[in-house]
Amino acid sequence: MKTTTDFKERASGRPTEAQSGAAEWLRNRLGTSPLEEIAAEKTVPRHRHSLWYYFGGMTLFLFSIQVVTGILLLLYYRPSAEEAFESVQFIMTDVSFGWLVRSLHSWSANLMIAVLFVHMFSVFFLKAYRRPRELTWVTGVLLLFISLGFGFSGYLLPWNKLAFFATRVGTEIPRVFPFFGDFMMRFLRGGDEVTGATLTRFFGFHVAILPALTTLILGVHLWLVQCHGMSRPPGPGYENGKTMKFWPNFLLRDIMGWLFALGLLAALAAIFPWELGEKADPFASAPAGIRPEWFFLFSFETLKLLPAHLWFMEGETLGVLAFAVGAAFWLLVPFLDKRAARGLPSRAFTAIGLLVLIYIIVMTAIGFLA
Amino acid sequence: MKARLYTALSVAGWLALAPSTVLGQAATAKSANSCVECHTGLDEGLAHKMQGDIHVEKGLGCVGCHGGDPSQADQDLAMAVSRGFTGAPKPSQVPAFCGKCHSDAAFMKRYDPAERIDQQAEYLTSGHGKRLNQGDQTVATCISCHGAHGIRSVDHPESRVYPTSVARTCGKCHADPNYMKGRLPTNQAEHYEKSVHAHALTKKNDLSAPTCNDCHGNHGASPPGVASVANVCGTCHTRQAELFRKSPHNESFQQLGQGECLACHGNHEIKSPTDEMVGTSKPATCVDCHAEGDPGFTGAAEMNRSIAALARRLGEAEKLLARAERAGMEVSRARFGLTEGHDALVGTRVLVHGFSPGLVKAETQRGMSIANQTWKQGEQALEELQFRRKGLAASLLVIGFALVAVYLKIQQIERAQK
Repeated sequence: MKTTTDFKERASGRPTEAQSGAAEWLRNRLGTSPLEEIAAEKTVPRHRHSLWYYFGGMTLFLFSIQVVTGILLLLYYRPSAEEAFESVQFIMTDVSFGWLVRSLHSWSANLMIAVLFVHMFSVFFLKAYRRPRELTWVTGVLLLFISLGFGFSGYLLPWNKLAFFATRVGTEIPRVFPFFGDFMMRFLRGGDEVTGATLTRFFGFHVAILPALTTLILGVHLWLVQCHGMSRPPGPGYENGKTMKFWPNFLLRDIMGWLFALGLLAALAAIFPWELGEKADPFASAPAGIRPEWFFLFSFETLKLLPAHLWFMEGETLGVLAFAVGAAFWLLVPFLDKRAARGLPSRAFTAIGLLVLIYIIVMTAIGFLA
Repeated sequence: MKARLYTALSVAGWLALAPSTVLGQAATAKSANSCVECHTGLDEGLAHKMQGDIHVEKGLGCVGCHGGDPSQADQDLAMAVSRGFTGAPKPSQVPAFCGKCHSDAAFMKRYDPAERIDQQAEYLTSGHGKRLNQGDQTVATCISCHGAHGIRSVDHPESRVYPTSVARTCGKCHADPNYMKGRLPTNQAEHYEKSVHAHALTKKNDLSAPTCNDCHGNHGASPPGVASVANVCGTCHTRQAELFRKSPHNESFQQLGQGECLACHGNHEIKSPTDEMVGTSKPATCVDCHAEGDPGFTGAAEMNRSIAALARRLGEAEKLLARAERAGMEVSRARFGLTEGHDALVGTRVLVHGFSPGLVKAETQRGMSIANQTWKQGEQALEELQFRRKGLAASLLVIGFALVAVYLKIQQIERAQK
C-alpha cells in the first residue's frame, strides 16, 4: 500500500523508495530527515585537545554494553541469598557464552567508570562546564554518582564472600551522619544487618531505580550536549576556528574507538574471566583483605588513615562529612568558578582539579599496595 | 562560750573513739581469719596461689580441708585437734582426705549435681592406688596431679590437668629417670610429644585429641591390657576397631598375644599414618609378619596398589583443576566433586583395617570413578579455554578488520572533502 508521502514524492519528482532503497523507505516513515539535517550541520571543534571529546561517546558505548549484557544476565540471575551465588555459577558454567556475558558486564562496568572519570576530568580541565553548559556538568556529575551506585549495588549481587563483607563495611558508613544516619543504613540494608533482604533491595536499585534515573538524567545530558554542541576551551591556541563535521568524520572516529574498546573487552573477558569467589556466609568471620571496588578505594583508604578522634568529632565522621562536602563542591563547580564563566583563565580551579586527581591516584595506589 | 564549745567537742571525740578501742582489745583474742593472717607471713606466695582456687571460689576456706578454728587468733586454739584441726595429710591419707567431700554424694550435690563421686574408689584400682596401699608413699595421689593449694577447675586452662597440660603433669614423675628408677621406662612423654595426637592437641589446639588420661584413665590410671588396646583406641577410632574385630588379624593377634593396634601404630609415639604403611617393603608394617608367597603378603601388595593408584589419580585431577583455575576457568563444582574423591580415599584408608583387599578395591574403584570424572571436567575446562582463545583470536581479527575498514573510509571521505 502506498502512503500519502510516496504519492507526494512521485508528484514532486523526487526519488521514490523503489529507487533509493531501505534508507529512503525508513526516512519516509520515521520522519528522520530533521535529525539528519542536524547531524549534517553539527560540527566538532578541532584543536590540540580534540581527543578528549571521544571519551563521552566511549562512556555511552560502554553503558550500552552494560544494558545489553545486564538484560541477558537477568534471564538467569535469581536475586535471593539462597540462589544468587548458584545462579551466577550456573551462568558461568552451564549457560552458553554465559561466562562471556558476565565477564563483559563486569569488565565493561569497570572500564565505563574509568572512562567516565577521564571524561569528567577532561571536561573539568578544559573548562567545558562554563556558561552555558552548567547543567550539562551537573547532569554529568549526577550520572557519575549514579554509576558509582550501580557499581556498589552490582558488587553484592553475586553474593560472594568478599562482596558481602565489603557491603557490610560500605553500608555502615552512612551511620556517621547525624540524625538520619541510622535510618540510611537500615534503608540500604533493609534491616539492621546485611542479609538476603539487602541483596533483593540492591537488585531493585541496580535493575530498576538506577536505570530509571539514568534514562532520565542521561536523556537531559545528551539533549543539552546537542543543544550547546561541543565546548571550545577558552584561552589562546583554541580559537583557530577549525571544525570537523560530526557526521561522518567525528562519528566514524568515535566508532573506531568503540571497536577498540570492544576488542579490549573481548580480550579481558576471554583471558581474565571475572572471578566468582566463594559463596557468602554471614556467620563466617570476615576474610582478610576486604576492600571495596577500586573506584571507592581512595575514599576507603582515607577513612582508614584518619585517626579515631580529630578535633571535636570522630575521625570517620569527619572524613565522611568531608567527602559529602567535596561531592557538593564538585557538583557546583560551574557556579563557583566565576572566572571560567567569563571565559578567563581559572588557575585556582585547575589547581584544585589537579590536587583532586593526584589525591585519587595516590590513595588508590596506597589501597592497592596495602 | 568558746571554752564550753571546745569541752563539748572533746567529750564527743572520746565517745566516738571508745568503741574502736574496745574492738581493738578484743582483736587480740578473736581474728577474722587467723589461717590467712599467720600463713601469709610464713609463705608469701600462698595467698596469691589461693586466688582462683576452685574451693575458695565455692566459699570453702582453709578450714574446709584442714579443719581448726580460724576465728581464734591464738595459734594453739586455732589449730587445736579439739576444734577439728587435721593439718596436712600424709600421702597415704590424701585420697581419704579429698574423698571426705568428693566421695560424699550429698555434699557434692550442693555444688554440682552432675559431679562424679567415684574418684577415690577408682583411684584405689589404679596402679598408683595399688602401690599406695602396698605402702609406697612416693606414688602419685590426688594432689600430685591437681596440686594442693591453688587447685583450678579441670576445665580451667591453668589447671594442671587441662588437656594441654596433662602430658607435662604426668611427665613430672614418668619422665624423671631418678624418680622412676626400678619402676617403669621414662620415655613415654618424649614419645608422646612426637605423636600425631600431641600435634593435634598442642599445635592444632584440638582439645578432643587424646592425651595420657584418655587412654590410661585418669583416677584409675593403669596401662591398658594387650587385649583391651583395640577397645581403648576404638573409643575414638570406632570404624577401624569394628573392621579390625571382623578381620582375620583379630584372632591371630589374640593367639600371638600381640597388642592389636600397637603392632602397626605403636603406643605413645603414634605417627600420622601413611599409605606406605601398607605394602610389601619398608616402611610397610605388613612385612614384619608376612613374607613373600603368603596370602597376607599378596593382599598387602594389592591394597597398596589400589590406594596408591587412587591417590595418584586424585592428585592428577587436582593439578588439572588447579591449572584450569589459574587460567581463569570456573571449576568450583568440579572441585566439590573432587572432595568426594578424597572422602573415598580416606574411606579406603579406614577400610585397610579390615585387611580385606576386596573391600579396599571396591572403595578405591568408587573413588577412581569420581577422580576420572573430575579429570574429565578439568580437561573440558581446558578445552573450553582453548575454544575461548580461538574465539578471541577470531573476534579480534574481525574487530581489527572493521577498524581498518573504518579508518580507510575516513581517509576516503576526507580526501573527497578536500
